Amino acid sequence: MFDLTLAELARGLQGGEFSSTELTRAYLQRIKTLDARYNSFITVTEEQALAQAEAADAARAAGAGGALCGLPIAHKDLFCTQGVRTSSASKMLDNFVSPYDATIVSRLKTAGSVMLGKLNMDEFAMGSSSESSYYGAVRNPWDSERVPGGSSGGSAAAVAARLTPAATGSDTGGSIRQPAALCGITGLKPTYGRVSRYGMIAFASSLDQAGPMARSAEDCALLLNAMAGFDPLDSTCAERDSENYTAALDQPLTGLKIGLPKEYFSAALDAGVAEQVHNAVAEFEKLGASVKEVSLPNTALCIPAYYILAPAEASSNLSRFDGVRYGYRCAAPVDLEDLYKRSRGEGFGSEVKRRIMVGTYALSAGYYDAYYRKAQQIRRMIQQDFINVLTEVDVIMGPTTPQPAFRLGEKSGDPVAMYMEDIFTLSLNLAGLPGISIPCGQTRGLPVGLQIIGHYFAESRLLNIAHRFQQATDWHSQIPTGVEV
Amino acid sequence: MEWETVVGLEIHVQLATKTKIFSGASTAFGAEPNTQACAVDLALPGTLPVFNENALRMAVMFGLAVHAEISKRSVFERKNYFYPDLPKGYQTTQLAEPIVGPGYVDIETDDGVSRRVRIHHAHLEEDAGKSLHEDFHGMTGIDLNRAGTPLVEIVSEPDMRSSKEAAAYARKIHAIVTTLGICDGNMAEGSMRCDCNVSVRPKGEEALGTRTELKNINSFRFIERAIDTEVARQIDLIEEGGRVVQETRLYDPDRNETRSMRSKEEANDYRYFPCPDLLPVVIDEDYIETLRQTLPELPDARRERFIRQYALSEYDAGVLSAYRAQADYYEQVVEQCGDAKLAANWVMGELAKFLNQHDLSIEHSPISAQQLGELLQRIQDNTLSGNIAKKVFELMWSRGGSADEIIEAEGLKQVTDTAAIEKIVAEVIARAEKQVAQYKAAEPDKRNKLLGFFMGQVMKATGGKANPGVVTTILKQQLDALCD
Repeated sequence: MFDLTLAELARGLQGGEFSSTELTRAYLQRIKTLDARYNSFITVTEEQALAQAEAADAARAAGAGGALCGLPIAHKDLFCTQGVRTSSASKMLDNFVSPYDATIVSRLKTAGSVMLGKLNMDEFAMGSSSESSYYGAVRNPWDSERVPGGSSGGSAAAVAARLTPAATGSDTGGSIRQPAALCGITGLKPTYGRVSRYGMIAFASSLDQAGPMARSAEDCALLLNAMAGFDPLDSTCAERDSENYTAALDQPLTGLKIGLPKEYFSAALDAGVAEQVHNAVAEFEKLGASVKEVSLPNTALCIPAYYILAPAEASSNLSRFDGVRYGYRCAAPVDLEDLYKRSRGEGFGSEVKRRIMVGTYALSAGYYDAYYRKAQQIRRMIQQDFINVLTEVDVIMGPTTPQPAFRLGEKSGDPVAMYMEDIFTLSLNLAGLPGISIPCGQTRGLPVGLQIIGHYFAESRLLNIAHRFQQATDWHSQIPTGVEV
Repeated sequence: MEWETVVGLEIHVQLATKTKIFSGASTAFGAEPNTQACAVDLALPGTLPVFNENALRMAVMFGLAVHAEISKRSVFERKNYFYPDLPKGYQTTQLAEPIVGPGYVDIETDDGVSRRVRIHHAHLEEDAGKSLHEDFHGMTGIDLNRAGTPLVEIVSEPDMRSSKEAAAYARKIHAIVTTLGICDGNMAEGSMRCDCNVSVRPKGEEALGTRTELKNINSFRFIERAIDTEVARQIDLIEEGGRVVQETRLYDPDRNETRSMRSKEEANDYRYFPCPDLLPVVIDEDYIETLRQTLPELPDARRERFIRQYALSEYDAGVLSAYRAQADYYEQVVEQCGDAKLAANWVMGELAKFLNQHDLSIEHSPISAQQLGELLQRIQDNTLSGNIAKKVFELMWSRGGSADEIIEAEGLKQVTDTAAIEKIVAEVIARAEKQVAQYKAAEPDKRNKLLGFFMGQVMKATGGKANPGVVTTILKQQLDALCD
């Protein structure tokens, strides 16, 4: 049962093979038994999950219930969940119980899903390894000495370890796609504005986007159906009608034009990763696609631009965590300044503090033009590069990450090496484009992710392309060694 | 040395929207602390702002009223600093691209100076909460009801040359925003607050002196006093060989002095950048034109009309048009009684006096414009003398009722019956031999001055109800007859 996809579980529930309560109990038990190995959950919401499951069973019996009726999922712990701790994996919010649901949480709830709990992550979504969590590092189910990627590492690990059939994630520079790649699952970062940000604890507002993480493209489509759509509470949310993302999954790929950016296949790329990506591209050719080399000339500028803009926004977004109204407050402050300094000094971890300092510096009087303004100009150039290429080809493909999962601790002392992890992913956040990472092979026993980049609001097409690949291959069905199902 | 005062004002006007600028919480004044602060106002994790279109509409109306350029695109930015009553750790405001560009207003002081004051720009922003330092035993309480209230900050050029001009400018802004109905104008509740940038320079000097900023002044009178006090301090300082330091100062009305709050060196680096949670505000010409069509008659235009239509003096017209509710009230009184001058005298005189004494605004006057208009009608038709009308006014103020009801109940109807008055006049003259002799002895052109005594006696005898005009005529007739 734990190897069934969301779509298969939906059919099982529909056919009466098992109830949501049975399914939920089974997953809760599995989390209890196995998650000590992965540390993928911060909070397991057993009571609420069982209540939701019972309600779903009752709804189904009454002939009602939404599209996801009775299906268990879990949320990254930066989505606010009413009555449940929402920590963003930070000591700062260890005591924060949200009084409201994020828009995507309430939408997935309305669709009938059952929340198993809240998933571990890098603190405030800042990181690429899920090692910076206040609740301890997450481990990769493929090799527990390796990281699952980040920041949605708990989501990716939990899905890969079959502790939940699906999860939500958020992606500011690759935080859905990179852990999806490193854990051998499917993760979609939608177009900026496709999914509401209301109730998602902000890292960098102009880059943050929530998306689904699951075992297949079809499952991601099912989740996105519930998640996507205009939200009046988020001014940056696109005023577009929702789509049915499962409708076009089976369309043939005949005539699909794929672009391979030459900058993505430099000598620095891991040979095993390159080989698997090329094999996947060959598979697409078999499915009727044509391939050409394209160029994204400003690729090298992505990381410096991103590491100005994201910390700048973060430095401001995280100002609200001041120890005054909620969250961590230092013991016995002597005055206001002491309250601020110690609450923030003790409440935030080192990577978060590093980014607050970088961002504060970049926005300071006298440096704004040299850093923030310049980075915004580069951002527009990068966006234009993509728009140019996407007039020549339908989609861009390449590796999601430069290498497979690395060892715990391998990069935690070297922030720049860690930042390089996101070289292929964060340009999409800068451009606001959608991208999906799907498992496309293995190297040295570790999964390799293929990233497919589409035009604005082309989620349906990306899911279709990924789905056809998954119909033709079985990389997405591989179970990590040592994970029993 | 002769010094010249230079003043520029930053006026914060609270917009009269029902809900906050970025959330759906109510903006009503006076609720229990923290009962009008929603998740967005508390800056709970994950919350996002949504711009209140009504605030935009009001800001554009203001811009149009001060002849300003309206920006088709304006941008909210974050002004970052830590303060306990600033929940997000930044204030959402506008800096590089404000909604209202350069404009101007014309002012006149009561000593006859008129001047055009240029407005540099006006921008939209959110108010902070309040820190309550009393009642918490060495701690500070935070009330976030006000957090997120929409403000328009109106920044003038340093065009004013005296405290009187500054107060006149503030009054004009007050008149405009209340006429537009975009602010309730209640200064005591903080609906309009002024920061005054003050400097002095030797008269004739072109370069500006170092300025200080006087924060958060919330009455016209205090604007004048604070600036006068600060100007005197700066002049004394310079003349004693000192130097003005650029700093923020606080005016203490109880001691009538200004005190240093913080110097420029201690000022924050606010790290402004465009707010990524809000889209640029983009409006088109149609939007602006539609609003232009809905603008009410503005104070300057109304003042001109008052002069033209009601033959009022410039001063009276200026006072009456300065505040929309007062101008509306005045016009209703005129409509009721038909005498613009009489109405002006009463609205600016008796009514203003009573409102002041009771610390009421004209909206809360216990006497409606219709009641006052009816009272004035009774003066015009000689039912009441001016003095008796004041008595009726007092009764009307304290216990309500129409003029006619009060006149009836109190028996205050004026006596205009000539025969009755002739009889009383004759009796008064008969009893006042000494005064009659004085009258007779006086030069004919000085006699009028001596009528006062007789008038007083007649009024006393009639309980003030005799028509003074009729009494004067009859008195003169009878006294002059004795002189022949």
